[in-house]
Amino acid sequence: MFNYESYLRLDKFPLIWCSGCGDGIVLKSMIRAIDKLGLSKDDVCMVSGIGCSSRLTGYVDFNTLHTTHGRALTFATGIKMAKPRLHVIVVTGDGDATAIGGNHYIHAARRNIDITVILFNNFIYGMTGGQVSPCTPKGKRASTAPYGNFENAFNISGLAQAAGASFVARATVYNAVQLEKLIQRAIERKGFSLVEVLSPCPTAYGRRNREGTPVDMILQQKETTVSVAAAEKMSAEELEGKIITGVLTDVERPECREEYQKLIDSFRKEG
Amino acid sequence: MSFRYEIRLSGEGGQGLVLAGKILAEAAAVYDDLNATQSQSYGPEARGGASRSEVIISDDEIDYPKAVSIDLLLALTQESCDRYYKDLKKGGILLVDSDAVNRLPEGEFRVISAPIIGLARERVGRALVANIVALGFIAGISGIVSEKSLRSAIEARVPKGTEELNLTAFATGLAEARLLMKN
Amino acid sequence: MAEEKKIKVLTGNEACAEGALAAGMRFYAGYPITPSSEVAEVLAEELPRLGGVFIQMEDEIASMGAIIGASLAGTKAMTATSGPGFSLMQENIGFAAMAEVPCVVVNVMRGGPSTGLPTLPAQADVMQARWGTHGDHAIIVLAPFSVAETFDLTVRAFNLSEQYRTPVILLLDEIIGHVNERVTIVDPGSLEIFNRIVPSDPPDQYKPYRHTESGVPPMIAYGEGYRFHVTGLAHDETGFPTNSAAEIGRMLERHHRKVEQARDHIVQVDPFMMEDAEIGIVAYGSTARSARHAVRLARETGKRVGLLRLKTLWPFADEEIRSYIGQVKSWIVPEMNLGQMAHEVEWALAGSAPVTRLNKVNGDPISPPEIYQIIPG
Repeated sequence: MFNYESYLRLDKFPLIWCSGCGDGIVLKSMIRAIDKLGLSKDDVCMVSGIGCSSRLTGYVDFNTLHTTHGRALTFATGIKMAKPRLHVIVVTGDGDATAIGGNHYIHAARRNIDITVILFNNFIYGMTGGQVSPCTPKGKRASTAPYGNFENAFNISGLAQAAGASFVARATVYNAVQLEKLIQRAIERKGFSLVEVLSPCPTAYGRRNREGTPVDMILQQKETTVSVAAAEKMSAEELEGKIITGVLTDVERPECREEYQKLIDSFRKEG
Repeated sequence: MSFRYEIRLSGEGGQGLVLAGKILAEAAAVYDDLNATQSQSYGPEARGGASRSEVIISDDEIDYPKAVSIDLLLALTQESCDRYYKDLKKGGILLVDSDAVNRLPEGEFRVISAPIIGLARERVGRALVANIVALGFIAGISGIVSEKSLRSAIEARVPKGTEELNLTAFATGLAEARLLMKN
Repeated sequence: MAEEKKIKVLTGNEACAEGALAAGMRFYAGYPITPSSEVAEVLAEELPRLGGVFIQMEDEIASMGAIIGASLAGTKAMTATSGPGFSLMQENIGFAAMAEVPCVVVNVMRGGPSTGLPTLPAQADVMQARWGTHGDHAIIVLAPFSVAETFDLTVRAFNLSEQYRTPVILLLDEIIGHVNERVTIVDPGSLEIFNRIVPSDPPDQYKPYRHTESGVPPMIAYGEGYRFHVTGLAHDETGFPTNSAAEIGRMLERHHRKVEQARDHIVQVDPFMMEDAEIGIVAYGSTARSARHAVRLARETGKRVGLLRLKTLWPFADEEIRSYIGQVKSWIVPEMNLGQMAHEVEWALAGSAPVTRLNKVNGDPISPPEIYQIIPG
């Protein structure tokens, strides 16, 4: 039995997350991944924005920073550039990272700065009561889309891939074993790494869209997702409405802080 | 009694007037141990490629860093001459490029007209150094900054490898100015 | 040779960059904007040579976030901007105030509102510097009036920010930012530098927001064996969010107290010919230069006029102004805005002497004759 307690600030419990929320599964997968990597808690800096998932930083025993809405990556960039020996992990949600923080998100990926982003995608603004997010699928209901969302949703992973991230993966809380492995690989990979985790929100999203019980929502992840390997063998029509999970990008690319260090070192040699 | 000497260098963008102003200020402040400020105008004032750089030199503290009553106005274009001559103080000096400025304004100031750009092009070999030729004129006419200090400031400020060219430009302007002042 | 003074001709923006480096700043994040960009340009060249970090961010919001992150990681950090960028920074300036993160924000003021006058001077961000972010918060704002003083006050901005764990705003205006002026460069070793006080308690007893007598809690960087939480939410001594009214009130009052009880140390004014003045001028930034000249002109005609120049804008120099009640019969407040500081002067005097406002917002500086003309007598 894995012992989570040494990584948690148990005196801050209970968590603010609703029962049936997927975020707890992500939290535990993340802790297991960090434990497997053998990182010292003193060397991990976890930064979050605003929203349900971003409250995670209050519950874990690392160097933690709970920033302003959408801006976690900017603070994280400052930390990584100033103290590159820290493992900087950003915890954020779909609204936080791709609406108000969308600009920072693509630029952090473009810089390919060594930050691991765990993005909890629940398709909705949960904490504030279920408003529509840039990731709410078209047609789905939200408190600010009472007749169904008329906009298109973002492909979060695609954004990071296009912007130049080293590592991009999509996971579900249904497959927590895979999730843990993907987080582990994301932390290991130098450069900007994204793990987009589909994490159901039964309270603000599921109920409004008649998605059933929390268990139904998790099981539904099994139905709607296909692995990268399986997707390769499927036609476009077969892939319609499916979400691809697994490693989408994993490449070695020059990392921002290391590139900057080369500049510093070039002057040291000179001097 | 302390003095305050106001110089405005005017013309068009690309004539190096901001650099010339900065050299003048450095010559006064760094090498002559005077106080000096240099500022330039942007925006509507500099519209249409016009350029304006101001230098205030004083042996006292310089409160207001903008020119209000100009002692010496350099105008390398007709437009700048027309626009600024009214800001000259009584008894001030208007130094114009004789090829660029052919309509000379009238007023209670002294006009000195010389082929500054022409001298740079023909005598020094590069029209680009007209700003430094102008500095030679300013040194020769006003005496506000010493020749030695200006030479040092030019050497320290111009791009590496162009020191000789610029010092020749300065000497050319200075010699011409001294000739003019004799007459 | 060792004692030889080093004289340079620099712009205010260049002197600001030099001052920051002398103060030990080793992290700059910013976004280009006129008329502040030269600060970034100098630092882009110098910081990598010194092993420091220069990064151009995607906008001013990100720049502010990055310097807070860097400061939490233990590095003295700053950003520089102008009006529109300063507006974008406000949210995270509030975070720095709430989370008590030392940092310096330079705003080279240009005409506004909105895009306004990108290349022309103004002093219209005085109130935004004080109250730009939402919520009650303490802040320190300094305003130099010369290139030499820009160097000095930039060093001081870092010192105050480190000493009081607060963002410090340095307000230049376009004239000070761009004028080239003589500066005597001092030996950096001779400068007084204040570095944040680190905790003496062991990690398990460390409270990042401890209620100390000075009101300033000791601060340790991330990654030094102390694992603590920082949030923009109202929090208690431990740094974790709280809903306790008593704890919230105690913390916010401490934020104010740490600056207010140190106001005598923070507030600096520079009186010029004020000893026997019956007419006082209150001015700051480049306008104070015009005011000083106007004072000289008026003194030549025998008028008893003086200048009380504000080097610190916030906390406001109310006590210093009030000390002239009875001596100074009337005041003049010239400023390149529509009366932002005049209002404070009137408030400080509480009707004990009349205040004449001289305001200009068209991008032209206020000249010495304009002030001279309205000096009574």
